[in-house]
Amino acid sequence: MTQLGQKESEIFELLKAVKDPEVPVLDITDLGVLRKVEVIDQEVLVTITPTYSGCPAMEMIEQEIVACLNQHGYPKVKVNLVLSPAWTTDWMSEEGKVKLKAYGIAPPEKATEDKSALFPEQKKVGCPQCNSKNTELVSQFGSTACKALYKCLDCQEPFDYFKCL
Amino acid sequence: MTNDLLKYVLRRADSELVLGHRMSEWCGHGPELEEDIALINISLDHLGQSRSLYQYAAAVDGEAKTEDHYAFQRNERDFGNFLICELPNGHYGNTIARSFFYDVHSLLFYERLVHSADKTLAAIAEKSLKEVKYHFRHSAEWVIRLGDGTEESHAKMQEAIDEIWTYTGELLTDDELDIEMNKQGIGVLNSSLKDAWYNKVEAVLNEATLKIPEGAYFQTGGKSGIHTEHLGYLLAEMQYLPRQHPEATW
Ligand SMILES: [Zn+2]
Repeated sequence: MTQLGQKESEIFELLKAVKDPEVPVLDITDLGVLRKVEVIDQEVLVTITPTYSGCPAMEMIEQEIVACLNQHGYPKVKVNLVLSPAWTTDWMSEEGKVKLKAYGIAPPEKATEDKSALFPEQKKVGCPQCNSKNTELVSQFGSTACKALYKCLDCQEPFDYFKCL
Repeated sequence: MTNDLLKYVLRRADSELVLGHRMSEWCGHGPELEEDIALINISLDHLGQSRSLYQYAAAVDGEAKTEDHYAFQRNERDFGNFLICELPNGHYGNTIARSFFYDVHSLLFYERLVHSADKTLAAIAEKSLKEVKYHFRHSAEWVIRLGDGTEESHAKMQEAIDEIWTYTGELLTDDELDIEMNKQGIGVLNSSLKDAWYNKVEAVLNEATLKIPEGAYFQTGGKSGIHTEHLGYLLAEMQYLPRQHPEATW
């Protein structure tokens, strides 16, 4: 994020009302999906980036951005979708990670890449219920593309892990 | 030049769409709940990648076409997908073998396309690459699990690998368009991926106690629009609704 002017900062704050429809505890600033806000003449240009190419939430997020800003006195809004630089879970805010865990989803570990052998090593993921690291991967793909399914071997609870990208 | 680029982008988009559609046919039929969900998530990634490419094609085309036009209004001969993408799902081993060979190719292809002189293609590659790493992990782990599983799963997996092997030739050879696009710094030569592809495939098959096929006869034609009999049926089903009801919206 570059330095924002006052108006841009205000709009940025307003856009915290736009949630990820699939993980409603996170807003688009927590996720790092909101990349840029510019005000050019009377028009607001909002730049967002998808978490996954096929993420079905993007269209809804676009609509909600427009609706949110219209409601707050910005009638002209354009949403621009960019792919590069590609979204990474490293852009998720610390606040977002805390919210995610409280919601019962294990937040992403740092997305450092491991180039070893055939498969990069699996991260140890902490259970969001009991904090145990004694957990195992059940499936790389959970209820949405951005989540993997884990099981805690101590408290036996299954849980979602917001996987690294 | 624009025409070449358009064709090149569409071809890749077609591969992603057709494979994504095939995988979506598993929805509700997966061998277990987790796999059902995984396949549909991966299918959605392929569809998302195809959408990015079709949208770019529409921009290159400049004839006020939309992504839907390319997906729903073109006929079999206009599709330039790799033949491997259109093969029927078969049993789970077939589905996994098909994805595995394609995923290894995608991984290597997008790793190089990231450096394309075409900024949009480079951005799409950068995005796709992150997703493909998960696809590869999924398909490769299943090749290993089924190959190094029971006697029956091993036999079925080997049979699937042998059968689909004949469709891998296209992934590793170039036609004029590949060569031209590479010359312009835009595209990737499939032939340049060959050694890395073979090494990765072999490493997984070894781990899976499966034999790497020795067959040297390969089916070709997908890239130039000559398809197996399977693509027509796939398109008929996929395109039926938008063709019958062109005005339909969600
Ligand atoms: Zn636990």
